[in-house]
Amino acid sequence: MARYVPEGLKQEGADAPAASEGPRGPALGVRGWLRWGWRQLTSMRVALMLLLLLAVVALPGSFFPQRPQNPEAVAQYLQTNPDLGPFLDRIGMFDVYGSPWFSAVYLLLFISLIGCIVPRTFAHAQAMRTGPSRVPRNFSRFPVRARLRTSAPLSAAVTAAESVLGRGYKRQTTDRDGVVEISAERGYGRETGNLVFHLALVGLLVVTAWGQLVQYRGQAVVVEGDSAVNSAVDYDSFTSGAWFDSGSQEPFRIRLEEFTSRFTDAARPDEFIADVTLTRGDGEVSTARIEPNSPLSVGSARVYLTGNGYAPVITVTDASGEVAFSGPVLFLPQDTAYTSTGVILVPDANRGEPQLGFSGQLYPTALRAEDGTVLGSTFPLPQDPVLILNLWTGDLGLDDGAPQNLFTLDIAGLEQAMDVTADGSEFPLELELAPGDTVELPDGQGAVTFSELRRFAALDVRWDPSVPWMGVFAALAFLGLAASLFMPRRRIWLRIEEGASGTVVHAAALARGDDPGLQRELDRVTGAFGKRRTTAEAKNDE
Amino acid sequence: MSEISTALVLGAVVVYLIAMVSFAVDISGLGRRAPQRPVRKAANIGMALSWLGVGLHAAGLVLRGLAAGRVPWANMYEFSLTFALVAVLGFLLIQRSRDIRYLGVFVTFLAVAVLYVAFWHLFVEADGVQPILDSYWLIIHVSVAAASTGVFSIAAGASILQLVQHRQSRHVPAAQQPVRVGAAGGAGDAAVESDAVAEPAPPSSFVGRVMAQLPGAESLERFAYRLNAVAFVGWTLTVVAGAIWAEAAWGRPWGWDPKETWSLVIWLIYAAYLHVRATVGWSINRFAWFALIGFVALLANFYIVNVFIPGNHSYSGL
Repeated sequence: MARYVPEGLKQEGADAPAASEGPRGPALGVRGWLRWGWRQLTSMRVALMLLLLLAVVALPGSFFPQRPQNPEAVAQYLQTNPDLGPFLDRIGMFDVYGSPWFSAVYLLLFISLIGCIVPRTFAHAQAMRTGPSRVPRNFSRFPVRARLRTSAPLSAAVTAAESVLGRGYKRQTTDRDGVVEISAERGYGRETGNLVFHLALVGLLVVTAWGQLVQYRGQAVVVEGDSAVNSAVDYDSFTSGAWFDSGSQEPFRIRLEEFTSRFTDAARPDEFIADVTLTRGDGEVSTARIEPNSPLSVGSARVYLTGNGYAPVITVTDASGEVAFSGPVLFLPQDTAYTSTGVILVPDANRGEPQLGFSGQLYPTALRAEDGTVLGSTFPLPQDPVLILNLWTGDLGLDDGAPQNLFTLDIAGLEQAMDVTADGSEFPLELELAPGDTVELPDGQGAVTFSELRRFAALDVRWDPSVPWMGVFAALAFLGLAASLFMPRRRIWLRIEEGASGTVVHAAALARGDDPGLQRELDRVTGAFGKRRTTAEAKNDE
Repeated sequence: MSEISTALVLGAVVVYLIAMVSFAVDISGLGRRAPQRPVRKAANIGMALSWLGVGLHAAGLVLRGLAAGRVPWANMYEFSLTFALVAVLGFLLIQRSRDIRYLGVFVTFLAVAVLYVAFWHLFVEADGVQPILDSYWLIIHVSVAAASTGVFSIAAGASILQLVQHRQSRHVPAAQQPVRVGAAGGAGDAAVESDAVAEPAPPSSFVGRVMAQLPGAESLERFAYRLNAVAFVGWTLTVVAGAIWAEAAWGRPWGWDPKETWSLVIWLIYAAYLHVRATVGWSINRFAWFALIGFVALLANFYIVNVFIPGNHSYSGL
């Protein structure tokens, strides 16, 4: 990277060190070095490098799974790549956007940006106050220029020039010994837009950082008929920023009344609707509907519908005939036909000796083979729901306090109940239930009832006060960008003097950046002096 | 209706292909019969065919939207159709105000290639969209993305040509070839014409004779810049609109989804391009390279990230 010297800057690069390190030797001192570093950091060359570097360091995050977004995928990756995984983890490849090196690049970029933009802002304010610069003595170095004669008297020509420039131009007219010079400039908005764009980016970064610090996000899975309360303890998972204050949590309760989904015949999802009852902190009760793309706003918090599935209501009675478990059990959809898996843990069965566990598959619309065995699900809606359960007995391992995944059964310490075919070979016992069915467990261990099939909805509650501000700064950045690219910044200079036969007008125009309409604009201005006697100066007359 | 749409788009591919051949014949004719030819018959045929192709293409796209009952840019097949249409239509519309027929081969080739890939690798039946895509932001976010991609594509054509032109110009005495452009240049359109004509002795090589008939490298660079500037603003809008939509659909404006990351990377590269261009004294070749790197990232974002990297943008079902 040290050899990355742009062609045009070669000379400057060669001059600068000579001036500072010249024959007197390295007497820069600490302040000198700081100043040198600051000048480097705020130089366009370094800013460009940082810009490209940011693009480069952002990319790994799209190739490797990221922990904040998808921790399961990271765990999976570490498992399948035991050699490379830990190394990648150490250098931050699984949390690229929170890694020190990524932060370093964008922070340096923004410091560089501020260091460049702030002086320019003052310079621009100064330029706007002082108005257009002096008329250059010699017009011949400007490619867009004209010279013409008009029969109108000098004062009329000056008036015509001032009126054709109009209010779009800031202008300054000076009269020196009968030679009137007009300096006009328009398009200060180009630089204003440029500055607004860059400052808005800084604003965007600042409000985003602030939002990260104060925001919270909670996820709750709610079965039809159940409720979720907006408080950290009530959520299945809850994350918040370092400055999070629980006082910012809007008090409310959401009860899921009904979850409706519609699918096309080809099982493509068409509609997901969660009808909820919202109870606010002040006791006000209302009904609302949450759909994808239309979250529910409660105060400044938003509730999003992020998932759904089935929750069969199960009742398990143990050998003594007592109800050991009763309630809806979440089954997570595994495919587009909502074939779902879940587990039923019954630690209280038989006073714990033995405990019962079920692992199950739910088929909303069962596809059956000729002999009646269930092959799979053909449609996501429950047209012919079937629940297949495997029974496990023993110790569920819940008592040692280790965290457990509620969707897979830890089979250490469990024994699977088996069935025997006619020819004597064993296979896992399968209990098949439709809604309303009750099936006896083998050896008088009790019974299991599948009373009804309910839906569940996964709701995300999010509060991030920076979002509206992000919108404001993004809009400012966008408008500033458009102005900085498309607003022409033009200077037009006129020198009007008495000639031998009438009034002679010299005109020249200069634009900042690329401006295809500059010649047209000069033609418009010179058109004000009536029919031209002399055409625009040709390029080769110098 | 879906079948008619497919047939119309296939027809457009064939017409574009013939248009491409016509443009190629025209370009090669520039080399043979240089320097002065009043009528460029083959180019005119190419233009007429391009208009015909655009008509078929647009009709196919509209029918596709009617068949699916929504805007026709909700999956990769339709997005390909849309941005290719913008590229060809943009080319044809610009051609009305300035002669850019030399870009005909590139633009029609791009259209044929994009539509070919769309047809044989990305095709899906016309259908409604998932609830998560069912938002008016689909209309805004994706159409602006497609339009920007189309405009970036035309600009990329000009940039490639600019690099070829520069290579050719090395064989010409240096005095006649201004290679650098000052930041405060803005020489206007008058200079554009003069670049092409001011060529005293015809170059000896075939490519040299062809290129001598085309605008100079600086003129091509300015043309590419104007398109890139417009498309960059469009891309900014794409990212901003995407963030607003993501806030409503996914509960966060920015979540480093692979597609989001790549869109940002493309934005950064083109931002670097604009900065490079605003820096005084750099070779205009470097501008072209920056723009082309951006364009490659743009293509990778569409053809590689969408297909091979799982993320929130993947469920558009190709």
